[in-house]
Amino acid sequence: MIKFENVSKTYPDGFQAVKSLNFEIKDGEFLVFIGPSGCGKTTTMKMINRLVSHTGGTLSVDGKDIKKQDPVKLRRTMGYVIQQAGLFPHYTIEQNIALMPELKGWDEKKKKDRVIEMLNLVGLDPELFAKRYPKELSGGQQQRVGVARALAADPDIVLMDEPFGALDPITREQLQDELLRLQRDLKKTIVFVTHDMDEALKLGDRIAVMKDGELLQLDTPDMLLREPSHGFVEEFIGKNRLYQNPEYIPVTDLMRKDPSTSLPDRSPGKAITFMRQRKTDTLLITDTQGILLGIVSAYDVLANIDTVATIGEIIKPVTHMLKPTDTAQDALLNVVEAKNGILPVVDEQGKLVGIVTRGTLLTMFANHWAGGEV
Amino acid sequence: MENISLWEQFIRQFNLRGPELIGATGVHIKLVLISMLIAIVIGVPAGILVARVKGLRTPIIGVASILQTIPGLALLGFMIPIFGIGTITAVAALFLYSLLPVIRNTFTGIKDVDPAIIEAAKGMGLTSRQILFRVQLPLALSVIMAGIRTATVINVGTATLAAFIGAGGLGDFIFLGITRNIDALILLGAIPAAILALVFDYLLGLVERWTTPRGLK
Ligand SMILES: Nc1ncnc2c1ncn2[C@@H]1O[C@H](COP(=O)(O)OP(=O)(O)OP(=O)(O)O)[C@@H](O)[C@H]1O
Ligand SMILES: [Mg+2]
Repeated sequence: MIKFENVSKTYPDGFQAVKSLNFEIKDGEFLVFIGPSGCGKTTTMKMINRLVSHTGGTLSVDGKDIKKQDPVKLRRTMGYVIQQAGLFPHYTIEQNIALMPELKGWDEKKKKDRVIEMLNLVGLDPELFAKRYPKELSGGQQQRVGVARALAADPDIVLMDEPFGALDPITREQLQDELLRLQRDLKKTIVFVTHDMDEALKLGDRIAVMKDGELLQLDTPDMLLREPSHGFVEEFIGKNRLYQNPEYIPVTDLMRKDPSTSLPDRSPGKAITFMRQRKTDTLLITDTQGILLGIVSAYDVLANIDTVATIGEIIKPVTHMLKPTDTAQDALLNVVEAKNGILPVVDEQGKLVGIVTRGTLLTMFANHWAGGEV
Repeated sequence: MENISLWEQFIRQFNLRGPELIGATGVHIKLVLISMLIAIVIGVPAGILVARVKGLRTPIIGVASILQTIPGLALLGFMIPIFGIGTITAVAALFLYSLLPVIRNTFTGIKDVDPAIIEAAKGMGLTSRQILFRVQLPLALSVIMAGIRTATVINVGTATLAAFIGAGGLGDFIFLGITRNIDALILLGAIPAAILALVFDYLLGLVERWTTPRGLK
């Protein structure tokens, strides 16, 4: 666990790059720092391995104050990956990856095996790449080697400062996927800095949004999108992003909370009148407690107007429903199948809390594309 | 007409002083090699020091630069009261003269290593000594060699002045040629000195290429 307690950094020129940070990074967590250029992301990350020494507060790793540890020993327990890869140009790929194991005094055989294992891990054929020099690799391949090198000595913590920032979008996407897979398999604590919100949302278990040396919000991607704590966070995430990610819009935000309901004992004639008034072609039938019983359509009511006494007799079960915790994505997937294109939203007790229709979904996206607010 | 007679004179001088020339060339090479060796032994560590200790940069480079601006002959003159006349003074002066290119190239060679590489090295937990020997010096080596090469070529020329203080070398012929007003004799010293400079330049060029890390070629 990495713990920041009132950690701050004032550079020798008097500039306070980081102001009193308080947070923890849990073991095995993938934490992403994001924020505008110059907000102190790199400074914050480098304080963890003491490439930058903090000037205030206490920073501890696994309960031990890092100021009380030898910086070299501390760094050897952490992997470090930077944007430019920073491979040693005079070392072969093999030598680059074997460097940390070598410094730790591993024997030849163990080192060799590790190099092969690492190259396979990052998707590079050892036969092809082990003996090459960094210059003979593409940027993406170099960055893979950078990741392999950082992981070679099996550190618990890996620090990555915009590792994929200089890569083309396709390569970046590939490396992100691989990093996620690695993280799932290896359970490292990863601290990752990026400029790219999509990258942060994709990779982070939690995302730390920074601005002017301060931590504005530290939350899961979900929470960040749903409940940005700050106008700035919302702006930085980008309002539009929500619509690109319907999985982040809760149905409770878009449902209508006043669906047309009826008790089952209403007569067909009254039901039709009520439907005309409400300009709807369906009624959701609930009991007196508000528990959803089923659905009745105007078509069925008219067809049976002379044969039944109450609409309770022609009630149809609801096949597709939503829970309040569902998202717009769930709504979109279900609305196609749903009868009459309506999706009642029902809580755990079976109580009707709202309704999502094709209309509400369409309105949401239409409003967005027209530039309006939901 | 005159050229031909100069050429004939040169051949005559050459036949006359052939064995002497070989000896003088030997002495000349010795002066260059010894002074260069000392310049390397002192200059490379000085360059490393300058690269690592910020405060030393101005004083060390400053002193070496000033030494470089003193005319060769004057430098020899200053040395005589300290070391007397002869080889030691010549070597000392040549050494001081060669110091700057060696220090400067060692310094720039180290400083010009991509900071990203140094940062990665540091971040991985290399000690500053490991960074020096595993990263900075190997990557700076060809630049350092270039400095040594430059210094050596200049040194071969400057070493002709050693004759003025009785340290011998190819300068003997030039000195003699000037005092006796025999142009051919001057050439007898100057031409081998020039050839020597070219040979050193070529050989050290090979070393320079050889010391460029494979990954950078
Ligand atoms: N050595 C230094 N001396 C003085 N100020 C510094 C130093 N390093 C960084 N800063 C300042 O501290 C602030 C934070 O820098 P930092 O590198 O942490 O930003 P960042 O969030 O990583 O930005 P970017 O996204 O551009 O990489 C910046 O305003 C920067 O100018
Ligand atoms: Mg940065």
